[in-house]
Amino acid sequence: MSAVDDARGVLERVFAPDAVKVFAMFAGIWLLFYWFGNQLGYTDPFILALVRRVTFLSAVYALAVLALNIQWGYAGLFNIGVAGFMAVGAYGTAMLSGSPGGSPPGLGLPLPLGVLGGVLAATVIGLVAALPALRLKADYLAIVTVAISEIIRITFNSPAFANVTGGASGFDNLPTNPVRTLLLTEPGSIISDPTPLGQPIFSLATEYGIQRLTVVNTVYTVGTLVVLLGVYLLLERIGRSPFGRVLKAIREDEVATRSLGKDTQNFKVRAFGLGCGLMGLAGILWYAMGPRASIVPVNFRPELTFYIFIALIIGGSGSNTGSILGGALFASLLFEAPPRIAAIIGDRFDVAADPANLVEALAPVVEGDLMPLAGFLLNNIDTLRFIGMGVLLILLVQRRPEGLLGARKETASAVSLADDTRPGTAPERPTAAADGGGDGDE
Amino acid sequence: MSERSDGPADANLPDDVDAPDTEDLEPEADDSAVEEAAKRVPRGVPLKVEGLRKEFGGITAVDGATFSVEEASLTGLIGPNGAGKSTTFNCITGVHEPTAGTVQFRGEDITGERPHAIANRGLVRTFQIARELDEMTVLENLMLAPGHQRGESITRSVLPGLRGDVVRQESELREDAWETLEFFEIDHLAGEYAGNLSGGQRKLLELARALMTDPEMMLLDEAFAGVNPTLEEKLLDRIHDLREQEDLTFLLVEHDMDLIMENCEHVIVMHQGRVLDEGTPEEIKANEDVVEAYLGGEV
Ligand SMILES: Nc1ncnc2c1ncn2[C@@H]1O[C@H](COP(=O)(O)OP(=O)(O)OP(=O)(O)O)[C@@H](O)[C@H]1O
Ligand SMILES: [Mg+2]
Repeated sequence: MSAVDDARGVLERVFAPDAVKVFAMFAGIWLLFYWFGNQLGYTDPFILALVRRVTFLSAVYALAVLALNIQWGYAGLFNIGVAGFMAVGAYGTAMLSGSPGGSPPGLGLPLPLGVLGGVLAATVIGLVAALPALRLKADYLAIVTVAISEIIRITFNSPAFANVTGGASGFDNLPTNPVRTLLLTEPGSIISDPTPLGQPIFSLATEYGIQRLTVVNTVYTVGTLVVLLGVYLLLERIGRSPFGRVLKAIREDEVATRSLGKDTQNFKVRAFGLGCGLMGLAGILWYAMGPRASIVPVNFRPELTFYIFIALIIGGSGSNTGSILGGALFASLLFEAPPRIAAIIGDRFDVAADPANLVEALAPVVEGDLMPLAGFLLNNIDTLRFIGMGVLLILLVQRRPEGLLGARKETASAVSLADDTRPGTAPERPTAAADGGGDGDE
Repeated sequence: MSERSDGPADANLPDDVDAPDTEDLEPEADDSAVEEAAKRVPRGVPLKVEGLRKEFGGITAVDGATFSVEEASLTGLIGPNGAGKSTTFNCITGVHEPTAGTVQFRGEDITGERPHAIANRGLVRTFQIARELDEMTVLENLMLAPGHQRGESITRSVLPGLRGDVVRQESELREDAWETLEFFEIDHLAGEYAGNLSGGQRKLLELARALMTDPEMMLLDEAFAGVNPTLEEKLLDRIHDLREQEDLTFLLVEHDMDLIMENCEHVIVMHQGRVLDEGTPEEIKANEDVVEAYLGGEV
């Protein structure tokens, strides 16, 4: 039983069906957006940028949803302050690693330290806020988290601390994008000479007419996907361990779990801290650097928390794979797709009419003129997608409350619990035993 | 069963003041002699309840109950519906905090201690209304129970170097769990979600799961309600075995009088939150108050 075999066994078991689902979904999203780009007459480099954009948003959403899944999906902890913990992560990293000369000034620490600090800050604030509430009933945790998240946002927003946080205009002095540090000799300038590592990448890109900024963003996006994979594997391991089993038990029946000798308090605190730390990480990758870098208090409004909850419900709470699917589908289909569709329709059919309100849009329908209504819908696509989200959520909760992936039924154990694991039965059931050896525990 | 590796609970178990001789206690081989032996040999008293009182708003569910349970005994706790038996269990195991009174386990005051701490002392209970973990399989339910599992630490379940230990312990636990399931004749349900079990099967699972914690004393709240008679017989045999071989102590709430009278050497009768009487089954049957209050003149 070598470590390599062990690792391979784990990978095979975890990935066999799930990797296919995730990969198929990403492939579908990419194809769809390639088609969108095509329909809009984009050149290939632009299409790449579009696909890159949707992939990045999908990845950061998926990351935040995974973090919420360990709290809500596994342990049933109702945290509605996700946005706040993401803010703490992003602000924390920016304050630690922003340049000391900027405004507001940062501490200028190396980025890895800054990221670590941001994650720790999110964890600690999560624990401090939640420790008293975790002792009480679930409802109190919900109230406390939503309050702490707003306190965090309002504090960052407040003019009183503007010289430290940047106030309402945000923390402008962001840390340098690590991809730029990696690929450019002068990270601050996109036209500076490439580093030895950047050289081949940039020259390859130039051949295809891809701009440097797109290259930087694409590499950053790939890096985010790698982090996502790492976090996913980490959480899968945790989910399939005695720790994950206790969390699941707490979600099912805390009194019964306590009566079996589990200090449920302690487990909840650890799960909550872990989740908050990962939310911080999602906030950092999303807002503190990279293609969407922008640390402004309005980014962290409670809506963000609700989006992440919707994504988790879509994917199936309790399932890590479902979390990734939910996050990515939410970000791509509900956020990025509608404006493209509107643009395509606007291009195709000359929808010039621009009625000021629904009445003006609906009245001509009686006379058989659909154009004003179409124009109205297209112009209001941003608002309409929230109606769409609401409808989707209602449908999901009624028709498929367990989400896409039948959720909650992943077995929590570090070894296989299949029937063929019964001692002494393997010889009698050769077919079942044949595929049971993958758990690497014998 | 699985060993407790590093629990602090092990360390502070006191040398049993009340039971100096339990080590020397050689159970007589023959079944018939066991009850005789139980009476002759001086035993410890792991559980002592004194003046226990629990009020819910205006209702006094337990009203100054005082009793104790002998080591390695099978003690019955009976009484009409609403007598306060389940509430007494809840107060002993920390699910409810008693309004007044004390609970001692193995010579230590455990009144008001948190449920997990009490369970970790080896005092484990089952619930009258089975509390299964519905979305977990039967096997998962069982593997949850053993205390102080290595994989309950996040770092140990994640880090590659340490994960091996966790996996090893897990496969040991799995083996124990299969064995227990086979004994309880629910091994064919191993992969079934607990939520899909029948009422009787839930009772069995609950008992099996509690046993997986490797307890020293068990409080069983109507554990046999809905279990078929043959299996009930088998489970009672197992309980007798555990008492004799591992000195496990059982306190049993049951409404089935025949079961109580045939299996328990000591019976406690509760009525309206108080202990009405206690003694051997024969003594209880002879008490007219008890017959009046509970047995309904049947016996
Ligand atoms: N959580 C609670 N809140 C309020 N009253 C309660 C609670 N639990 C029990 N009681 C009351 O306490 C009294 C004793 O209930 P308990 O469940 O202890 O009875 P029991 O002896 O177990 O009865 P049974 O044989 O029917 O199980 C009842 O009158 C019940 O209504
Ligand atoms: Mg009861």
